[in-house]
Amino acid sequence: MSAPRARLETLPRGLQAALALGLLALLSFPFVGSDFYVQMVARMMILAIFAMSLDLLQGVTGLVSLGHAAYFGLAGYALAFITPAAEPASLWWTLPVAVAASALAALVIGFFVVRTHGIYFIMVTMAFAQMVFYLFFDNKMLGGSDGLYINFKPDAAIAGWLPFDLENKLSFYYFTLFFLVAVYAFLRRLLWSPFGRALAGIRINEHRMRAMGFGTFGYKLAAFTLAGALAGLAGYLWGAQSGYVNPELMGFHMSAHAIMMVILGGMGNFAGAIVGAFTFELLLDLFKDLPAIGSFDTGKHWQLWMGLFIVALIVFAPRGLLGLTQRTGKGASGEQP
Amino acid sequence: MDLANLLIQLLNSVQYGLLLFMLAAGLTLIFGIMGVVNLAHGSFYMLGAYLAWWLSAQVGSLPLAIVLGALLSVALGLALEWLLFRHFYQRDHLDQVLLTFGLIYVFEELRSLLWGDDVHGVDIPKGLDWSLPLTDTLSYPAYRLFMSGLCLLLALGLYLLISRTRLGMKIRAGAFNRDMAESLGINIRLIHAIVFALGVGLAAVAGMIAAPIASVYPNMGSQVLIMCFVVVVIGGIGSVRGALIAALLVGLVDTFGKVLLPQVSGMLVYMLMAAVLLWKPEGLFKQ
Repeated sequence: MSAPRARLETLPRGLQAALALGLLALLSFPFVGSDFYVQMVARMMILAIFAMSLDLLQGVTGLVSLGHAAYFGLAGYALAFITPAAEPASLWWTLPVAVAASALAALVIGFFVVRTHGIYFIMVTMAFAQMVFYLFFDNKMLGGSDGLYINFKPDAAIAGWLPFDLENKLSFYYFTLFFLVAVYAFLRRLLWSPFGRALAGIRINEHRMRAMGFGTFGYKLAAFTLAGALAGLAGYLWGAQSGYVNPELMGFHMSAHAIMMVILGGMGNFAGAIVGAFTFELLLDLFKDLPAIGSFDTGKHWQLWMGLFIVALIVFAPRGLLGLTQRTGKGASGEQP
Repeated sequence: MDLANLLIQLLNSVQYGLLLFMLAAGLTLIFGIMGVVNLAHGSFYMLGAYLAWWLSAQVGSLPLAIVLGALLSVALGLALEWLLFRHFYQRDHLDQVLLTFGLIYVFEELRSLLWGDDVHGVDIPKGLDWSLPLTDTLSYPAYRLFMSGLCLLLALGLYLLISRTRLGMKIRAGAFNRDMAESLGINIRLIHAIVFALGVGLAAVAGMIAAPIASVYPNMGSQVLIMCFVVVVIGGIGSVRGALIAALLVGLVDTFGKVLLPQVSGMLVYMLMAAVLLWKPEGLFKQ
């Protein structure tokens, strides 16, 4: 139906080497970057985790969710609710609770949405995310349109012993990097597990999978819930880092940005999602910092540049950045519908 | 709730439902016939509202502004179809989502560059700025009645166009089997352009007639877009009749929810959608 997309499920050597170099760069970055940039890169890593969680649905299973931000935001809100106003809450129970809250929401909403296909799935995931958005937006008790503050970062102390302190920006950076690597490794393993193969099978031909005896509803619901949980992990980190959550975190634009990140890098292999998240955030900062030309403030109109960029990307390079590394004309990346 | 109040809420829900229908009809037609998911549909509603505000200030009359605005938006629809959408009919839904999301940003900024970021009001045209008295204290604005009437007329016109005219027959043939219609000598590209421009025009007209009661503000398109999605999902993609019934249903649930259950009113419509999905995953009137 459409041009075959590069999936790069097996990453070429060169790309693996580049990823290893990227990891080295991330490990050593705090030694050269200022506080401001260390925080910025930590934020990009959080979004990379978010993008990878969406890639599990979008790239691997072929389910385009336009409401993934709901699960991202929910975990942030969960952290905001359980952190008292005057003291920190323990990392060791707030993290599992926040992730479980997102997973539960994804399970309940997933129960309704994975029955639908194609375009319906896109619309319905968006509508349910909007429901969650308005639940928080309209209710003063849940913070309303202003959102909530998280005054303290989660406390990592175990019975008086403090292995690391998240209030310290460096510790937080490495804490986030740990999760970035862990989620990537987990999802790469998952991709080649029988579960991951079944999800890829659903993407390529769900009817055939059903005919072969796979209960695709259960597989899709499991993928949706897992993706929600991982988005929750990212949202928890986001809430902890910024100390503030508002309904925009669950909004339509956040969800669309996540899709954009996955597309930008190239989908279905998780490495692309990371590359896409970093590139997208860099572009966003670039567009917002554009200098004024005369009286025309080009940076203020960043949405125009971003919009035109998205349109141009989708018209001219629909296979994403990692797709560009593959020579065009090679049939290897194409898949049978 | 006494009888007069009930009547007012009923009229309000019908008016809201019909307005949603104007938007959802275009969305569902564009999907049903061309297979395109169009997130930028809400932007056309916003552009319509801004056109009504700007043009009525230029020409001094809202009805004239609506006619001019409708022509402009149809022209915009034709241009967009020719430049962009035409090349996306056969592409992945994902590409369409991204294309139209990018367009939302572009339209928002164009609006900001052309008309600024302020909230504007549009005056109700003279002759319609009176109210129909219902009881000693309650009355109903005539403009809202006029809106409902106009939407009904347009809905009827749309129905007649699709079911009774030669063009409508070609549209239905194209939706049913594109290749077959083409081999019978129907210019399917022209049909697509017409349907797309019609959808854009309907959305913009909805924005224009809603401008006097809803006021005109940035990002006004996104909320209405999501409501339209709900309507299309409930009604069944591609079904204009389904869109009409779903829009009226959504109007009723939303309006009475706000009166009777204000705490959860924001969620009621989505619960309705969830219930329909459980019952009929492909909507009430799947084609």
